[in-house]
Amino acid sequence: MPIQPPDLVLTPILPDLILAGVAMLILLVDAVRPSRGSAMAVVAFVGILAAAAVVVRQWLVPAADELTVLGGMIAVDRFALFFRLVILGCAALGVLLGAHYLDRTGEGRGEYYALLMFATAGMTLLASAADLIVVFLALEVLSLSLYVLAGFSWRRLASQEASLKYFLLGAFSSAFFLYGIALAYGATGTTSLGGIAEALTGPGVSTALALAAGALLLVGFSFKIAAVPFHMWTPDVYQGAPSPVTGFMAAGTKVAGFAALIRVTTVALGPVSWELLPALVAVSAVTMVVGSVLAIAQDDVKRMLAYSSIAHAGFVLVGVAAGNQEGVTGSMFYLVSYAAMILGAFAVVIVVSRTGEGRTSLRDYRGLARRSPVLGALLALFLLSLAGIPPTAGFIAKVLVFGAAVRAGLEGLVVVAVLASVVAAFFYIRLIVLAYMEDEETAERVPAEPAPGVALGVTAAVTLVLGVLPGLLLEPLQGAGVLRW
Amino acid sequence: MSGFPWLTATVFLPLVGAVVLLAAAPLPRRRPEAGGVSGDAPWRWVALIVSIATFLVSLGILTEFRAEPGFQLVEDLDWVGPLNIRYALGVDGISLFMVLLTTFLMPLAILASWRVERQVPYFMASLLALETAMLGAFVALDLLLFFVFFEGLLFPMYLVIGIWGSGRRVYAAVKFFLFTMAGSALLLVAILFLAFRAESTLGQLTFDLRDLVGIDLPAATARWLFLAFFVAFAVKVPLFPLHTWLPDAHTEAPTAGSVILAGVLLKIGAYGLIRFNLALFPGASEDFRGLVTTLAVIGIVYGAVVALIQSDIKRLVAYSSVSHLGFVVMGIFAGTIQGMSGGVIQMVNHGLSTGALFLVVGMLYDRTHTRDLGRLGGLAGRTPVLAGFFLVVALSSLGLPGLNGFVGEFLILLGTFDASRLPAVIGATGVILSAIYLLWAYQRSMHGELPSELTSTPDLSVREYAFMVPIVVAIVAIGVFPKPLLDRIEPAADRHVRLIAVEPASADTVRATGGG
Repeated sequence: MPIQPPDLVLTPILPDLILAGVAMLILLVDAVRPSRGSAMAVVAFVGILAAAAVVVRQWLVPAADELTVLGGMIAVDRFALFFRLVILGCAALGVLLGAHYLDRTGEGRGEYYALLMFATAGMTLLASAADLIVVFLALEVLSLSLYVLAGFSWRRLASQEASLKYFLLGAFSSAFFLYGIALAYGATGTTSLGGIAEALTGPGVSTALALAAGALLLVGFSFKIAAVPFHMWTPDVYQGAPSPVTGFMAAGTKVAGFAALIRVTTVALGPVSWELLPALVAVSAVTMVVGSVLAIAQDDVKRMLAYSSIAHAGFVLVGVAAGNQEGVTGSMFYLVSYAAMILGAFAVVIVVSRTGEGRTSLRDYRGLARRSPVLGALLALFLLSLAGIPPTAGFIAKVLVFGAAVRAGLEGLVVVAVLASVVAAFFYIRLIVLAYMEDEETAERVPAEPAPGVALGVTAAVTLVLGVLPGLLLEPLQGAGVLRW
Repeated sequence: MSGFPWLTATVFLPLVGAVVLLAAAPLPRRRPEAGGVSGDAPWRWVALIVSIATFLVSLGILTEFRAEPGFQLVEDLDWVGPLNIRYALGVDGISLFMVLLTTFLMPLAILASWRVERQVPYFMASLLALETAMLGAFVALDLLLFFVFFEGLLFPMYLVIGIWGSGRRVYAAVKFFLFTMAGSALLLVAILFLAFRAESTLGQLTFDLRDLVGIDLPAATARWLFLAFFVAFAVKVPLFPLHTWLPDAHTEAPTAGSVILAGVLLKIGAYGLIRFNLALFPGASEDFRGLVTTLAVIGIVYGAVVALIQSDIKRLVAYSSVSHLGFVVMGIFAGTIQGMSGGVIQMVNHGLSTGALFLVVGMLYDRTHTRDLGRLGGLAGRTPVLAGFFLVVALSSLGLPGLNGFVGEFLILLGTFDASRLPAVIGATGVILSAIYLLWAYQRSMHGELPSELTSTPDLSVREYAFMVPIVVAIVAIGVFPKPLLDRIEPAADRHVRLIAVEPASADTVRATGGG
């Protein structure tokens, strides 16, 4: 049988190539001339900008009628482009916050930026993967980089511990995912998402096998997006990893993971979505409730945000479970809002910590609003948005996914979701109480910092603008929510 | 009709003021004397001027308003296109006076908090942001837009209580926040459910109240939706047994917070019951009328009895609110035009009277630094003007004929009596009890022996005159001549009553009884 080599059109993966290329460049330069890394931050930033420019161009000038390129491995649709942009935004903020953080702790090394770029490349690839093999590859690229990044402050034991935990559980989840791919291939004879869907609608496919494959893939994704009951690693890793890594990971991994999850569930598993629905609903409900309830018991800000991030995975899953067009666009809107507010919240944590990982206990936030009114107001904005109070992006996001779920007939799930939101409001409000209403223990002001200041400005603007004028994002999303493969 | 967007201007003017204050707050500024009070004076003046300007703009709504049913001065713009959530504003006779009440009380509340010295710009900005949220809630015609304002007022109010309150302020603020948040959680689900349910009937997704009114729902569905809306608003009203956040919030809030809370915020609950529960689910409203009326009557008597035994005068006024709002809800659900009109006008009256009571209590506290009735007494001799204002306000609150409270209570009792006797009879005891606790509070604080530490208590300052005189003028004016209000309320009230009317409503009876 003659082998047909696929047409090698590299433009669709140009952003990923740029990212990976810049990462390797940084590694090389850093090997020849080790530096503190600030120059590398600039290089990384330029790389991200270049990648973003390519993505924007691809958005404005849509590719021809091809659905997938590179032999059906890569999807070229606005869904992918949209998520790529969001991920690049997260990466840019990750670079910005990381440069500041590492400068303070004196841990600045070029590898940080190289690893971050590799992770970003994995994420952007994940967002446009149209084949389970590529999904797996992308997941591994991003995970391996993040395992190392989590342990970047290797002098700190907690950081090492975070790295090891993340690695062990992540490897475990990869095995699940791989097994799912194997079963999917066994059931349908293909690993292409479109091919699986086609096979599943056709005759002669073992539904049981396909469902087992779907379940295992779901488990693999659940690890990455930190959904209950596969969330155990999240609090320790989020707490132990350096704060900028945590912020980048909390935003980027979740966005990319959900992008792939949505594509796999709606495209490949679309024909069996009805059978998979109970599983999605159950995971979503449990994730929201467990995340919200356990967050109450935390007394460390990073741990609290970790549980909050778990709960938010559940909220996005509400939109995914809805399974309709509104659910997809709602989830996309939710992920942008979530990325902005969680990165913003971690930026506040970094500023309050000042150097390294100090001052992350809830006590350290007492009287913050009095000591630094602007920082206090920003913290309040992000927390209110996370709690879903208008006029913030978090509120509109919740309305969108809840609306989609109601339309899909999942009222019960939405009731669970709003009750979980009330529980969640409790701990967000508690932090605001500390910042605004408790008397400060120290009178020391938190100094303003330029780099986190930019990050805070950007994330706060997104959080507020999307809350007041959601149409700005929703209009372009209308076309992007349609998945091609 | 002029093209000027009166409603948008009224709603967002305070927010502009709040943003200006917040933006200017971190600016370095010259302090004439270090730590002196005058350093904060500009904040107060800016807030006062903005709130007075808002009131003046809102008078524009009044002049443009015609005494007709239906919504007027409608502004309708696309907000979230894909979901067809609209920026739709409009007033009818019911919301008109809620808007005016809000813009009227706000300058007075700001004047009353002239002595707040902690983080003044943030305090004033919170009050102004709160005003925008409340006004927006009263004029929003889109259910989700309403929800945005409804939830949006939580945070500023929470800050006002939690930062500038007294004693157990944090506890009270968190309780307020969580009660309201929990109450409104299901409201969002209900709104979404209703809109998607109506989509098939209407042919398009809409959250516009005007389209959703009159939609046909299965009885069971309507009942569930009614309950979801009802819980959200009953917490705000507050209706027994969801009232427990109110005494804490009222007691710990600063004077301005209490005035706004009692004067306007509680009205949003009652307003929501009329605007959404009655209008959207008339059938279910009839089904639940017995339950709601029972809760209202329990609230009337319970609030009054508990008010009787309070020694903290602020708590006493807070419980009197529970009792008076019970009247309002009873009137709204009576199903008669008198009950409805009385309920609406009583919402205005309660806002004025109880707002004024909290102002008086605030002045008492400023002078004596106690709210304990046992430690007050004999102040009428030292501060005759304060005592006079207290008496007028108390009489207004207990419904003395000639003052505003009488008109509303009378119409409500009349309207309820027409519909069902027992609630009216039991509810009437609330009138008697309110006379007892209010006059007793007056007597204990103003008559008797003057405690020695209060011998040098000063009487009203010019600033205090400035916020007491307008409110007392309004109290007397409505009491003597309520017709202008009733004329404008009636058409809208009539329209809502027709939805659940026990008997065909006749507008003439209202004129005859309430026209003075």
